[in-house]
Amino acid sequence: MNPANHPAIQLVDAVSLLGRFPALAGLSLTVQPGEVVLIQGPNGAGKTTALRLCAGLLRLESGHGLVLGHNLANDRRSVRRRVGLLGHATGLYEDLTVAENVEFWAKASHADVKTVPSALSHLGLPARLHDLQVRRLSAGQRRRTALATLLVRRPELWLLDEPHAALDQEGRDIVDQLVADAADAGATVLLASHELERVAGISRRVVTIAGGRLVGDTGADTAKPTGQRDQDQARNAR
Amino acid sequence: MLADAWLVAAKDLKVEWRARIIINQVAPFTLLIVVLFGLALDADPETLRNTAPGLFWVAVLLITLLAVQRGAAIETSDGAQERILLSDLDPAAVFLGKALALLVQLLALEVLLGVAIVVLFDVSVGDPLLMVVSALAASVGIAAAGTIYGVLAVGLGVRETLLPILLLPVLAPVLISATRTFGDAFDRVDADGWAWLGMLAMFGVIYMVSGLLAYGVLLEET
Repeated sequence: MNPANHPAIQLVDAVSLLGRFPALAGLSLTVQPGEVVLIQGPNGAGKTTALRLCAGLLRLESGHGLVLGHNLANDRRSVRRRVGLLGHATGLYEDLTVAENVEFWAKASHADVKTVPSALSHLGLPARLHDLQVRRLSAGQRRRTALATLLVRRPELWLLDEPHAALDQEGRDIVDQLVADAADAGATVLLASHELERVAGISRRVVTIAGGRLVGDTGADTAKPTGQRDQDQARNAR
Repeated sequence: MLADAWLVAAKDLKVEWRARIIINQVAPFTLLIVVLFGLALDADPETLRNTAPGLFWVAVLLITLLAVQRGAAIETSDGAQERILLSDLDPAAVFLGKALALLVQLLALEVLLGVAIVVLFDVSVGDPLLMVVSALAASVGIAAAGTIYGVLAVGLGVRETLLPILLLPVLAPVLISATRTFGDAFDRVDADGWAWLGMLAMFGVIYMVSGLLAYGVLLEET
């Protein structure tokens, strides 16, 4: 199935349960390929659940869901192989070094391990840290290492849950650049954050959810994929 | 699939080598078990020699519980198990890799345990080949079942307390068969150890095939 023919994400009345609690209670959301979309909402609104559902980690109890052209009802495994999720946990092994962790996840994704040093460098992790066990890293350095594991994989859909958490100013700038680069490369980015002012610089579309439902969607009409936006700007300049 | 399995096994063994949990905590516990059995049954050295096969495999099951819990903890401490789901790794390869890593650790501990029992209980080994082959066959079954129930218990969220209740009954056939083969190898029971070895191999195959087929589903549900 060609993802170019489908929205990157298409949820219609999506319901997902955490135990018996409907964390998503009929969420409808469409995201086009190449869009950078911020999900905001109060604690417990369902932001993390929405990201995990789109990652194919949660079961769609009812409603309809397509991610990258794959049906969430019966093809979650195909979804999982094409997305990159940065959640609250980093997925790193504390007793392995920074480089070993990124190499392991690169190999586990059948990605090119030769890109590991450049990915670590891109995330601002100097060479002296590469051979350090993850247990000796700060929370921010762990977060950067986790982002490096996503970068080597180059997913088509980035799902970032509070990507700026625990990062210093330099780290936050790097995340912003990472998101911009991913969008320029044609990837779609869906990120949940409470830092609205910061994310406003990288996302022109903001969706608001509360109680597991969409309650606001600003910029949807004007927001265009970054690459398309650049083309438009170039056309206007001419 | 084999390359992915080796990737997972090498990762688990490297993590274990760095953390030294098996070496610094489980290995001393293994020796402690032998010494405690010795103290409890010291009044009759012949009883020690007669019960050595059963003591060996009961001790192996106890250290299996620790090793399985440790293996599960590696994956759950910071969400790595979820990342595995998001990777391109075939669940069957993950199962194979984790079972292989557990097998290597169990075999190393069994060597230590075997030496301790032979030395401390003054046991003579009449058929070393039967002993080695049956230990290998039993360990394959134990590692496979341990890997299956390790991921299952993680999903239930109460692995420390529930794992023994789930795992030990499943391993009872292995305990019985392996005790018979070791009894024959130690010349302590009148049993056909090689016939019991066939039972061990059968259980090993059943647990391995079950794991290869079911691990993906279990991983999904955790």
